[in-house]
Amino acid sequence: MTTLSIDHVSRWFGNVVAVNDITMTIGPGVTGLLGPNGAGKSTLINMMGGFLAPSTGSVTLDGQPVWRNEAIYKHIGIVPEREAMYDFLTGREFVVANAELHGLGAKAAQRALATVEMEYAQDRKISTYSKGMRQRVKMASALVHDPSLLLLDEPFNGMDPRQRMQLMELLRRMGDEGRTVLFSSHILEEVEQLARHIEVVVAGRHAASGDFRRIRRLMTDRPHRYLVRSSDDRALAAALIADPSTSGIEVDVTEGALRVQAVDFGRFTALLPKVARDHGIRLLTVSPSDESLESVFSYLVAA
Amino acid sequence: MYDPTVARLTYRALLGRRRALILGALPLLLLVISVAVRALTGADDQTAADVLGGFALATMVPIIGVIAGTGAIGPEIDDGSVVYLLSKPLKRSTIILTKLIVAIAVTMVFSAVPTMIAGLILNGNGQQIAVAYTVAALVSSIAYSALFLLLGTVSRHAVVLGLVYALVWEALFGSLVPGARTLSVQQWSLAVAQKLAGGDLVTSDVGLTTATVLLVAVTVLATWYAGQKLRALKLAGEE
Repeated sequence: MTTLSIDHVSRWFGNVVAVNDITMTIGPGVTGLLGPNGAGKSTLINMMGGFLAPSTGSVTLDGQPVWRNEAIYKHIGIVPEREAMYDFLTGREFVVANAELHGLGAKAAQRALATVEMEYAQDRKISTYSKGMRQRVKMASALVHDPSLLLLDEPFNGMDPRQRMQLMELLRRMGDEGRTVLFSSHILEEVEQLARHIEVVVAGRHAASGDFRRIRRLMTDRPHRYLVRSSDDRALAAALIADPSTSGIEVDVTEGALRVQAVDFGRFTALLPKVARDHGIRLLTVSPSDESLESVFSYLVAA
Repeated sequence: MYDPTVARLTYRALLGRRRALILGALPLLLLVISVAVRALTGADDQTAADVLGGFALATMVPIIGVIAGTGAIGPEIDDGSVVYLLSKPLKRSTIILTKLIVAIAVTMVFSAVPTMIAGLILNGNGQQIAVAYTVAALVSSIAYSALFLLLGTVSRHAVVLGLVYALVWEALFGSLVPGARTLSVQQWSLAVAQKLAGGDLVTSDVGLTTATVLLVAVTVLATWYAGQKLRALKLAGEE
């Protein structure tokens, strides 16, 4: 059992606070580290991986400090976000080199390449690889020594849906085998599909922690705002406000549109087309006006 | 203290692509100059010493030292691929020492070997000129590699800083300000060469003992400090 403990960790760069007093414990299974871009996820992962010293607080793996402790890498596998990875080598040469640096041989490298299903392209230069292939070879290099903790920084960035599915399947398997797997993402759906447990970081702060369903509910239950244009805005407004799923409507004269606030997301999205059809109103525009991830996260922080 | 895998990765990065071309260009130029000088002026000890001292030791060796020394680690730190070395149960000092050995070997091969050949072409090793400058190139390869490897770990502009040191400090200030010559790898290695060459063809502003102490001190301190920098290397900073 491997447990990564982050205890009152802060990190600042000059005057900028990137991570602000975060405490969390990451245990076996898959954990998603969720937050918008620039929230401090990479800084946090770099501290978890021993590549950055916390300004205050401590990061320990089963009680052992991670910073300035090379021996800890026997237990940690790291998949960095950055692309650079000795492009002049073939996939096999790269993974073999990583195995050798752990004191292992070509056998371990071959096993890791098989795990990520990259044997078919192992003799091609890394410089010819697609983003997804690179990601999988990085993954093989992180798995080569059979680590109990796996840290992945934005592993799904730039992957196509099929590659994403494959990697998710692989990470799920790693988690089921009892490894501690932590990956960061700024995309809610990715985290939702893969992680049972999520940690949310917003603007350097620990915003939420726990079961994804509870956090997802917090996210969907918040009031949603829509901008709606139709062939008859006033008639539509009157029909919508009669239903409890809608808590407020404003007629925006300058925009020539309705601003609708819905409190029951599921019910409202079913109601709107039905009401329009029943009243013979044509819907011209229906666009969520606060769906940006930042607004979702800031709602979450306030909740 | 030496890791063959780190060495292999470093060699392949150093000798791949453009860098190998640049490493090969200066020795080639030295040989072309030597052949031309020999053809035009015949074998002359003073001319041989001028070419080897003025071009090989003063220009070629430091530039190759900059390319090999900074190139052994700088690009990996810049693009972040050094993370694959740092995320291993491997002592940071082992990484630095291995890279230093590779940088020294590459600098020696691309500077000392052509210096020897050029010396033989120029005057057939008369007055031991070829051997003296070859030894100077070997000695300075060690100190330059250590210095520029350190630069590669502390600065993103290691190549520029290295060239400024090699060309501005050693060549320009060295010829204008007498004091600057004392603090010059080139002069230290010339002190060694002076002992080997016949006559007054090779001279140095520094005594042999001082030169040896300084060469050893600079190499050891630079290597130690590079190891310390790597231990505390921060890879984050993108956010």
